Amino acid sequence: MNIFNKTLTRDLKMSLRNPSSFLNPLLFFVIAISLFPIAISPESHTLSNIAPGIVWVTCMLSVLLSLNALFHYDYDNGVLEQMVISHHSLPLILLAKTIAHWLLTCLPIILLSPLLGMTLFLDAKSIYVLMLTLLLATPSLSLIGSIGASLIVGIKNSGMLLSLLILPLYIPILIFATSAVSQSQLNLPINGQLYFLATILLISLMTSPFVSALALKTSLD
Amino acid sequence: MSKLIVSDLTCQRGYNELFSNLSFELNSGEILKISGANGSGKTSLLKILAGLNSAESGKLSINNNKVGSYDYQSDIFYLGHLPALSPELHCKENLDYLTQLNTSSNQALDEALTNVGLKNFEYEYAANLSAGQKRRVVLSALFITQAKVWLLDEPFTALDSDGINVIEAQITRHCNNNGICVLTTHQECNLPRLRILTL
Repeated sequence: MNIFNKTLTRDLKMSLRNPSSFLNPLLFFVIAISLFPIAISPESHTLSNIAPGIVWVTCMLSVLLSLNALFHYDYDNGVLEQMVISHHSLPLILLAKTIAHWLLTCLPIILLSPLLGMTLFLDAKSIYVLMLTLLLATPSLSLIGSIGASLIVGIKNSGMLLSLLILPLYIPILIFATSAVSQSQLNLPINGQLYFLATILLISLMTSPFVSALALKTSLD
Repeated sequence: MSKLIVSDLTCQRGYNELFSNLSFELNSGEILKISGANGSGKTSLLKILAGLNSAESGKLSINNNKVGSYDYQSDIFYLGHLPALSPELHCKENLDYLTQLNTSSNQALDEALTNVGLKNFEYEYAANLSAGQKRRVVLSALFITQAKVWLLDEPFTALDSDGINVIEAQITRHCNNNGICVLTTHQECNLPRLRILTL
């Protein structure tokens, strides 16, 4: 577990010393959402109807934007090689890196989401559900994203390839998360959607570190 | 006592076969210098020995532990061409993480940095170091690691003569303590019990 803590601390420290790495996706999230009322309509009824989709799509794109950097710098400076040949568990190291990514990219988005939900005229209950879906599903975005990021390690200008690999896997999360928020706006039960999101999270948590480790070894070979 | 056995190793990159049916054994205290022209497969061989790349065919073992196993990977220490340093971290933080990946022993990080002439550089960011100083930080891990087999790819690159002497002395000390070292370099080495393998 020591290597898990060391990797987590290291990644957090590195990102905090280079704030653009986590501020860029956050700024993209805020700016993109702020533009929708200007582009579509400032009317509360229109905006509150499409708010779940706006917030979730923007959140996914923000996470996608940040995924390229997940292994890229460690690959460039040779630290990734040392991780791969280490006798420590590679999935554990990668899990620590993914958790650091979630803490710095997704957690700020979750914390800012009530404010942005209010600008899109979401009511208090819907904002609560929106935060709940983000809390439940953004770890899956990071975990699934780590598989894509490990597959494209070493490939130059691979942003588009990453999107093509990862976005189809994000679609079920998008469907259940936006559906949960929309249902809550209509005072309908949302347990089903939340259970699906929790299941996706558990499956990603159990499989993605191992798949990422395998993909990384293959990419570096 | 350690024994590194390489048998019938074949490596292919793209359409080129770099080497085939390569076999050798190294016992405790021995140093193997791999020499050859650019592109002859020196780095590829070291990467295969480190478990980073796979060979087309052949077998590798250290004390009968196969490559990729926990014991094999615990026994090796590999330094490649890349600096293995993160520019956002201090020298000491970089060295701490590098040695954590390789060994779990108690570490004397300050002492190791002092040994390679980087006293007072503990809290200097890696981004602010010269190429030679970066190499020294990484090579200072040789003063900490408990690994029995060292795999060093061009360890003397960017080092001045003083730095080369320090690292040669440490490699000699390692081999006197029953360690094994495999290195690639285009420079003349002043190392004991040196065997040369030309690819």
